[in-house]
Amino acid sequence: MDYFELLLLGLLVICGIATCITKNLLSSIVIFMAYSVIMSVIWALLKAPDLAVTEAAVGAGISSILMFLTLKKLRDIRKKAEDEKREEEEH
Amino acid sequence: MKNGKKRSIKAFLRDWDAGRFDLDAAAAEPYSAAPEGESAEGTATPEESLPRRDVKAYRAVYPLLAAMLGAIMIVFLFLAVLDLPAFGKAGNPSENEVVRRYVESGLSETGAVNIVSGVILDYRAFDTLGESHVLFTGLAAVLILLLELDGKKEEPDLGLIRMKADSILGTAARLLIPIIVLFGIYVILNGHLGPGGGFSGGAIIGAGLILYAEAFGYEGLERFLNFRSFRIICLAALWFYSISKCYSFFCGANGLHTVFTTGTPGRILSAGLILPLNIAVGVVVACTMYGLYSLFQRGRI
Repeated sequence: MDYFELLLLGLLVICGIATCITKNLLSSIVIFMAYSVIMSVIWALLKAPDLAVTEAAVGAGISSILMFLTLKKLRDIRKKAEDEKREEEEH
Repeated sequence: MKNGKKRSIKAFLRDWDAGRFDLDAAAAEPYSAAPEGESAEGTATPEESLPRRDVKAYRAVYPLLAAMLGAIMIVFLFLAVLDLPAFGKAGNPSENEVVRRYVESGLSETGAVNIVSGVILDYRAFDTLGESHVLFTGLAAVLILLLELDGKKEEPDLGLIRMKADSILGTAARLLIPIIVLFGIYVILNGHLGPGGGFSGGAIIGAGLILYAEAFGYEGLERFLNFRSFRIICLAALWFYSISKCYSFFCGANGLHTVFTTGTPGRILSAGLILPLNIAVGVVVACTMYGLYSLFQRGRI
């Protein structure tokens, strides 16, 4: 049990650092999702099942979905800017 | 970047935003303090060459500064953690008469077997009321930013059509959505008896609604969750929470008996106001999660 907790805490640190230093934003979000899942297991081990359920639903589920959508919106905006630029160059 | 001298600062920023500005190339280019060949256009101004001049120094200093700042933050956080008392030790500042009261008489005063629910929806219901309103205010801010009033309803959503054609997602969603929503309802209704409650259950139901919208489109959901019903549901739940807690606070402060009794602890219809409040919070959270998703995805609910 103790080793399992240490393993989870180590993974938590690795996920936290990997979230920051990953260049690709999409993988960054997926790693952040993994961070939330590990965190929810740790909450369950710390005898806080209420928090574990909430962390799994909100941290791993909804906030990641919203971040994915934000990424999609950013790409749309970037594509629009590129299209405008191309039109400008054609004229 | 060769014709960079004729570029205005606005074009430069747009390039930067699009990710087409190459820092390495800019750093490799020698900085010329007074760009020659200033023609009749007169577009070359000192501010154009400003980015290029600073890029080199910036690239040298930035990693160093970032590492130093990170190290300082880590040291301060470790110092703060070392200053904390050990977890669960007797005599900790967190062990005081408040906790004793909650643990000893929480069950008889609130009727909730799950003491966490008893605390957040009875003793500290005012905090939870504020949290629900914070969520609602966040949703209102997103509505202001993203709601497209002159809706482009005729514009076909290509992403949606692609998703509807995905048979793996459709089959998995058909199997999973009933279980997800049922589990969310269980978590909400069981909030005073076991782990869970309005917020987590509402988030689970919201996730189920999002999965449904992603797999089968918004048409089915719009039958019962359009903008009108969305507003009515959210406001009714918040009003119910506010008014019932006002009544409860008023009676409690004046030593009056309320119509809500604690009942038999352990039964589903017990714990007075906690079950209805859980349902209200769950409804608000589920609607808010789905509303946020819908607003981000297509600009309306």
